[in-house]
Amino acid sequence: MNAPILLQPDETFILNVGPQHPATHGVLRVKMEMSGEYIVNAETVIGYIHRMHEKMGELKTYPQFLMNLSRMDYLGALGYSHCHVLVVEKASGIVVPERAEYIRAIMVELNRIASHLFWFGAFVMDLGGFSPLMYALQDREHILDMLEAVTGSRLTYCYFRFGGLYNDIDDDFIAAARRFIPRMRKSLKKYKALVTGNIIFRKRLEGIAPLTPEMCRKYGASSAVARGSGINFDVRRNEPYSVYPEFDFDIPVYHECDSLARYMVRMDEIEQSLRIVEQGLDKLPGGPIMPDKKPKIIKPPAGDYYQAVETARGSFGVRLVSDGGKNPYRLKLRSPTYSNMHLFDEACRGMMIMDALAFMGSLDLVIPEIDR
Amino acid sequence: MVAYFTEIFNGLLSLFIGMGITFKEFFKPTVTVAYPYETLTMCARYRGHIELVPDEEGNPKCVVCGLCEKACPSDCISLAGEKPEGGKKKELTKYNLDFTRCSLCGSCVESCSFGAIDFSKEYNLASTRKEDFIFNLLQRLEEKKK
Repeated sequence: MNAPILLQPDETFILNVGPQHPATHGVLRVKMEMSGEYIVNAETVIGYIHRMHEKMGELKTYPQFLMNLSRMDYLGALGYSHCHVLVVEKASGIVVPERAEYIRAIMVELNRIASHLFWFGAFVMDLGGFSPLMYALQDREHILDMLEAVTGSRLTYCYFRFGGLYNDIDDDFIAAARRFIPRMRKSLKKYKALVTGNIIFRKRLEGIAPLTPEMCRKYGASSAVARGSGINFDVRRNEPYSVYPEFDFDIPVYHECDSLARYMVRMDEIEQSLRIVEQGLDKLPGGPIMPDKKPKIIKPPAGDYYQAVETARGSFGVRLVSDGGKNPYRLKLRSPTYSNMHLFDEACRGMMIMDALAFMGSLDLVIPEIDR
Repeated sequence: MVAYFTEIFNGLLSLFIGMGITFKEFFKPTVTVAYPYETLTMCARYRGHIELVPDEEGNPKCVVCGLCEKACPSDCISLAGEKPEGGKKKELTKYNLDFTRCSLCGSCVESCSFGAIDFSKEYNLASTRKEDFIFNLLQRLEEKKK
């Protein structure tokens, strides 16, 4: 038997978390310099599933690149597609019918709820509670079934088209969505009693991993990470796009800056998304889902275009530089988790390892979206 | 001192509330399916891999225009056709789908103006050999005809 290694009091060791580790939710590697159970320094290493999405964007024509966007963030794919179609529509001057834009908003919000539910389940599982994951997945399943019936797929939707949509929604979908809203509200109450009120859960998150608003600004953090630190910024409200100005909804903001605040923001966002879906279904106008006049080949005039949207993970932006050809000259994808993740290196110094992993869970990282 | 005991009491209470919820869920009906012993039928719009659509006589509707081949972002589709002697229209002689590269985006079905390709509802496609995913769709159609 080997003799145990004895460390000197001021000696540190390197702990390698990932790239295949359940707590990193994907292929993220974290090199942690540890002093006992405390982190002295941490370095996130990314790039394990880099797929050159930006380069693919330059090589493929606009319609051919459509389906790539849903491969970036597999949990909230529709928000990313939405941004891409919006920027290309803006560039080539395509006018989207009102009905299509309403359906897009409804779908994106449903997808946001599905994404938050999955995050909720996985986050609680990181902290050691298994049942909430099962309950969250059961609710999420209802959304996936609804989306599948309309779009034809459950995860990597390729639903939005330049100018409109691939399929129209039917009465079955509307009825299912209306049934889902009260169900989800009931479930939210259940989660509140089961998880939010739980003493073990609260003790592990309250006051842990404080992120100052300055730090969030420095790293360009968005979504619940910034809103949990008191930064009232949501692209849907601050730089309105699509039909969001038509809806009445609140932006949940918490000033506690800790992991629990980030959790609370996301749970409140589910309720706000339900409100948007409800209003969208009430206001849904009739009409076509594709415009009458649409260029056969998409060739935006030369120029530089940018569009940002609020996805489930934060503000996602697409910068499109066109030279007037069939392919973009440059397609920059600004991914929100990339900024959110880099907070981790600085913020986790001095933290205990289990707090750091709980903190990582509260950032809601989706690795394919960081690497893209 | 009082706060200390209140916290312990409230903490214990929160645990029992949680236990109550999981206990209630325990008696709720099962919602999962014991796959592979039970399977679900896919919805009408399910996007599986593509298949050729036959006309009334069972021959492919395809006119070999090659639009699906061009629309595909990943070059999955390769097709060929030739004019039979004395015939006017091209007839399909080969239609291969490389499913290893397909991402099920549906661009090919959308590009087809003849309704010659459609999504299948097949999803039990696991295999350990790569060759199993090179689908000869024309051969599949002929087998179906028989």
